[in-house]
Amino acid sequence: MKIVIPSEARDLYWSLKGPSACGLRVTTMPVTTRRAFLAGATIVCVLPFASAHATPEAMAAAIKEVVGTGTIREGKVKLDLPPLVENGNTVPLTVSVESPMTPADHVKAIHVFNEKNPQPHVFSARLGPQNGKAVIATRIKLADSQKIIAIAETSTGQFFSASADVIVTLAACIEDVT
Amino acid sequence: MTNVLINAPKTAKPGEIVEIKALILHPMETGFRPGTNGKIIPRNIIEHFVATWNGAEIFRMEMSPAIAANPFVSFFAVATESGTIGLRWTGDEGFLVEEQVAIAVG
Repeated sequence: MKIVIPSEARDLYWSLKGPSACGLRVTTMPVTTRRAFLAGATIVCVLPFASAHATPEAMAAAIKEVVGTGTIREGKVKLDLPPLVENGNTVPLTVSVESPMTPADHVKAIHVFNEKNPQPHVFSARLGPQNGKAVIATRIKLADSQKIIAIAETSTGQFFSASADVIVTLAACIEDVT
Repeated sequence: MTNVLINAPKTAKPGEIVEIKALILHPMETGFRPGTNGKIIPRNIIEHFVATWNGAEIFRMEMSPAIAANPFVSFFAVATESGTIGLRWTGDEGFLVEEQVAIAVG
């Protein structure tokens, strides 16, 4: 038995399903049988998730780059984002840090990291006593259900962190929205 | 024509902490997504966002592809003197947008 799949249909299938996963280049193989097609599709769908995502280790390395030899303590930081996200393409996120924000004791920087996007960094912001309040809000993309970590660096050289677990139902960067 | 939306108070009392919100139209293409032809769409993001108050830097943010399309940033600043708040976005493909809003303190 030989099933001929029109090339347009195949291309559409790949563009929707196959190479979807954030960054893996897929070479279309000549497909002759349904079995081969299904086997190929399975490989294509499974592989990218193993290779194209940042891992908790990558996140730990990125955090280490920021913190160096300092120790991170829990607390003082509040990370606000919805626990259940319907659309990973825009996720509102607010980081607020308890700090007097005086020249002697203020938050110098706020860094946010993720576990499973293609890259562990989300953003790094520099602040100072001129900000009055160490509160930042923005919108981020999430490729998968994962843990987000916010780290605040104070002028006294201390690091505080907060983390939040998020469940994402529609992942970012899988569909081409344009 | 770049579309920018800035929300900051026009007046403030000295020492008041004001919120500045900025939204800019930008695709924030991650560089990890394939387009309809199966090829990866090249990365095109805003990398830096810098805010100044009368020329002095008050806030800076380094962005990554994980920032959502049409980046929105909100931050606070202590109103010290009347003048202008300048916002600058720079990124891939020579992207550069500068906007200013006036604020009266007193």
